[in-house]
Amino acid sequence: MLIGIDLGSRSIKLAAVKDGILAESLVVESGFAPHDQAALLLARFNARRVVSTGYGRHLAQRHFAGEIITEIKAHALGARHADPSCETVLDVGGQDSKVINLDGAGRVKNFQMNDKCAAGTGRFLEIMAATLGYTLAEFGEAALAAREGNAIGSMCAVFAESEVISLKNRGTPPEAIARSVHLAIVDRLAAMLNKAGHGRRLVFSGGAARNRALVGLLEERLGVRFTVPERPEIMGALGAALHAGTLD
Amino acid sequence: MTPEQFEVKANPALWERLGMNVERFSGMPKMLTEAFRGIYLSQKNRPARMEYFDGMIAELHSGRVEELVTAKDAGRPVVGTFCVYVPEEVIMAVGGICVGLCGGSQGSIPDAEKVLPRNICPMVKSAFGFKLGKICPYFQAVDLVYGETTCDAKKKTWELLDREVPTHVMEIPQMKRARDKALWLEEVKDFTSKMEEVSGRKATAEGIGAAIRVMNAKRLALQRLNDLRHHTPSPISGKDMLLIQQIAFYDDPARFTANVNELCDELDERIAAGVAVAPAATPRVMVSGTPMALPNWKLHHLIESAGAVVVNEESCIGTRYYKDLTDESTATVDEQLSLLTDRYMKIDCSCFTPNDDRIEQVLVEYRASGAQGLIDYCLQFCHTYNIEAVKLREMCEREGIPFLAIETDYSPEDVGQLQTRIEAFIEQIRG
Repeated sequence: MLIGIDLGSRSIKLAAVKDGILAESLVVESGFAPHDQAALLLARFNARRVVSTGYGRHLAQRHFAGEIITEIKAHALGARHADPSCETVLDVGGQDSKVINLDGAGRVKNFQMNDKCAAGTGRFLEIMAATLGYTLAEFGEAALAAREGNAIGSMCAVFAESEVISLKNRGTPPEAIARSVHLAIVDRLAAMLNKAGHGRRLVFSGGAARNRALVGLLEERLGVRFTVPERPEIMGALGAALHAGTLD
Repeated sequence: MTPEQFEVKANPALWERLGMNVERFSGMPKMLTEAFRGIYLSQKNRPARMEYFDGMIAELHSGRVEELVTAKDAGRPVVGTFCVYVPEEVIMAVGGICVGLCGGSQGSIPDAEKVLPRNICPMVKSAFGFKLGKICPYFQAVDLVYGETTCDAKKKTWELLDREVPTHVMEIPQMKRARDKALWLEEVKDFTSKMEEVSGRKATAEGIGAAIRVMNAKRLALQRLNDLRHHTPSPISGKDMLLIQQIAFYDDPARFTANVNELCDELDERIAAGVAVAPAATPRVMVSGTPMALPNWKLHHLIESAGAVVVNEESCIGTRYYKDLTDESTATVDEQLSLLTDRYMKIDCSCFTPNDDRIEQVLVEYRASGAQGLIDYCLQFCHTYNIEAVKLREMCEREGIPFLAIETDYSPEDVGQLQTRIEAFIEQIRG
């Protein structure tokens, strides 16, 4: 069994690959001691090789992982597995969002990453959902249900939160606010994709790809269709496991 | 020297004499000691003659400052600078000493932000904060600060800095037409008069001629070092090279030149013997962009910790300082000042428009250094370099050069994110 483990900022993802096929996957919260959490997950497998990625990859390497790769490379590999002709990956993770362009052979050609703030990341979605009293799943559904809503002006998580609160206090329906927040993130992601440039075959990976409103609104904005993997949140872990397979 | 033996020395009596905030400053040598041990002395396979440059860091807050104070006592003016657009030769011609001032550390920024807006470049804020907080011995030792108009943040900050320390501002033209060169020649002449007034000595043809030769020798030594470093595998790390280029701004020029040449001799031997800092297969990265004032080692440390080697800096702390020499063949002061102006007008600072010479220069240096990717480094809010990165990116796309643009400041808060981007860039180079 080849194991890829993605120690992300919000959660730990594990993918087990056998004969080039995803055999099993697990997701747990990162918690305070991510390497201990990860070690517990790993104990369930008879791993031939472990490759780690994500923010905690260096920590993982000190404890158990033989090799590490960056999230950029991991998502590129994972996306290429989901769609072998993938040209561009959009990954919206907990702390970062990235656009990765691939060449014909699937190698990373160039990439863009958000700067150090939370704008346009999964964390931004979480904060806004919590401000409106939604779970993450409800948040996206509410945005889908709303007819109206204009993008909120601020992408700074702190300012956006006060903007959402003042909209609430003006009596704006929460669905409309949810839609406004989604539109703001879509603006941000579309700008990143346009700046980086993108191909026609796009994969949307990372946990935020589960949010149908986000994917739909972004497709509408850009006039493209995304391939959304069945389990978008494990694409980094899957990529790491696939990389493990190339090390033989 | 083992890392444990290294120490940045303190001299509270000297600092007191310079009117420094001694209590606040006394933590500084210790912090720098720790940082230097971790970032520099932990490197493997360093050339033995780096010992001189390590010594310059050990004496940063004491020995070198003492030398400046002694020179001042002997009537030699000390001029502090922040730019490579300073005709250093004119300062030297009247017996003066030119030193780059503090401006590379996070610690002084809160001092500056009491006065300055937050959203300006960290180098300007850091520098201004060092003076306000009285926590830079060099700032305290200077008779005069040389300011220039290369950016809005600088030129407006000089007005405020002038209240703290006499600040002479030269207007740097922003185009390179004949009339711009004429303007700058007038500025150089004014600066010469200013230096004559400050020193009480005349800038003679003999004095300027001697200074031109000293500076040419220094720039040639740095060129030689940079050429040697371009060898694959590299005989010296990018971090050590950056350090030497930083020290170039405050060391005595003749002594510095001699030590750089001795290091070059050692690198010649290392190359002949096949001794390197990393295997030949190590990914080679070139850095371009804004300067990295001492002790700003953040980017180089990230790149080399991620398993690559930095092989060139197209930067003011880098080739922009030494790529051009001055014609030594003239006899009169007027001719000399004119040739100095010619030399300085070749500097391709991003304050110029158009500035396509710089894009071509980056490509020339990229090829010469054997780099496999270009990282453009931009200090936050440095608009001219940040916007010029668009043209650099286009050039890299055209030439098939892997390119990464980084905008950052002195704080450690984005280190994790930068590490990911740099490692991914190195993966991209490895293919």
